[in-house]
Amino acid sequence: MDDPIVCRCEEVTLSQVERAIDEGYDTLEELKRHLRMGMGPCQGRTCLPLLARILARETGRPLEEVMREVSIRPPLAPAPVTLFLGGADEG
Amino acid sequence: MRASADVVIIGAGITGVALAYTLARRGVRDVVILERSFPGAGATGRCGGGIRQQFTTAPNIRLAMGSVEIYEQLSQELDYDIEYVQGGYLVLAETAEEVALQRRAVALQNELGLPSRTLTPEEVPEIVPLFDTSTIAGATFCPTDGHANPFRVVEGYLRAARRLGVALEKGTEVVGLEVKGGRVTRVMTNRGPISPGVVVNAAGAWSRQIAHMAGVELPNQPVRHEILVTESVQPFTEVMVISLHTGIYFSQTAQGQILGGIGDPEERPGYEIRSSLKFLRRFLSELVRHLPALGQLSVLRQWAGLYDVTPDAQPILGPTPGLPNFIQANGYSGHGFMIAPKVAEILADYIERGEVSEDLARLSLARFEGEVEGEAFVVG
Repeated sequence: MDDPIVCRCEEVTLSQVERAIDEGYDTLEELKRHLRMGMGPCQGRTCLPLLARILARETGRPLEEVMREVSIRPPLAPAPVTLFLGGADEG
Repeated sequence: MRASADVVIIGAGITGVALAYTLARRGVRDVVILERSFPGAGATGRCGGGIRQQFTTAPNIRLAMGSVEIYEQLSQELDYDIEYVQGGYLVLAETAEEVALQRRAVALQNELGLPSRTLTPEEVPEIVPLFDTSTIAGATFCPTDGHANPFRVVEGYLRAARRLGVALEKGTEVVGLEVKGGRVTRVMTNRGPISPGVVVNAAGAWSRQIAHMAGVELPNQPVRHEILVTESVQPFTEVMVISLHTGIYFSQTAQGQILGGIGDPEERPGYEIRSSLKFLRRFLSELVRHLPALGQLSVLRQWAGLYDVTPDAQPILGPTPGLPNFIQANGYSGHGFMIAPKVAEILADYIERGEVSEDLARLSLARFEGEVEGEAFVVG
């Protein structure tokens, strides 16, 4: 394949990621917002580790540093609305 | 980083980028935006994207109407798709008191030229299918309200501004303001100082700290507001729905997700932006009460941002009393994304020509010295 898909939920390819980094989107949060990667049903479990590796490689920064720049947002997997109905006093 | 600039803007949220672009388009191109993090990292990139004109104070209504005129053609103007949808806002009321308040608001809105109107509960499903009419006492609708994608609005403004010569300095935190002879003479940052012609405080929920660096006290308070999106479903409405009764708001995004939030009267001021289970329960219970069919969805993601709240829920705009080159552009109280395009125009009028419009004068920091009439429709 000439241009592999990095994010299956939002159908983002490697060349799109590389172009975005060239344009100055040089943190995971910025790339996520620009490309919508990590915002689909997988919530980044598949694509964000790949994206972090590409970003570390392209910018020459350590992977651990790159990974720290993204926030993990609950719920960790899609959760049915019915789980949260009723009994609004706890939490 | 440049050593000086005609205009130094603190904050690359919607206010900062809209103002930078508007100035540059008019030929004021020596503009630098200082951003501590990255563009849209604060409230703008966390907001619901609603663009509402149904307010209760004349300045808010006029600013919002002026903004809609700009939003209507902004994708073309910026040559960037901002995912603008002019599907209208449906405002819900559940008590006789709220219905009466809506009637008065619509009268003022119509007087100012806004095509809002009152609806009976029975008329609501024509506007939003699947709506349970037994949950409300009345509603209003304005077809020219709408929503857009905040990420794309920030990007669009910024790209256009940079093409015109505006500089963006990411990762640049303001750490001090030097004041001499009634002017801000230097802006100190973690990357060195910059000498400004004028300085614009567009730092959102952190504006109070920025102002304090110049010895100016703002009454703004940061208040957490939570929000979520569901998985994508078939598009069924372009309308943004909000309730005066519970403070819930929601719409369907261009991607088909249901996106919304609900205000929490128990929320205390502070910088905490963690997500809570309490919010999930309150929001989803209200969502499903109005639209039972949405109980079949799954929640994808939740997050939070900070409203920058003033005592009258109206922004603080324009020159600071005693410091004419220090311009406030903050305190939007949850409405910044809606009115920023028009605010950018009136602030540019002041920066470019020293012109102070009626609304700019009314929204000056000086107003808190007297009696103030507050905005009643603060939702979310």
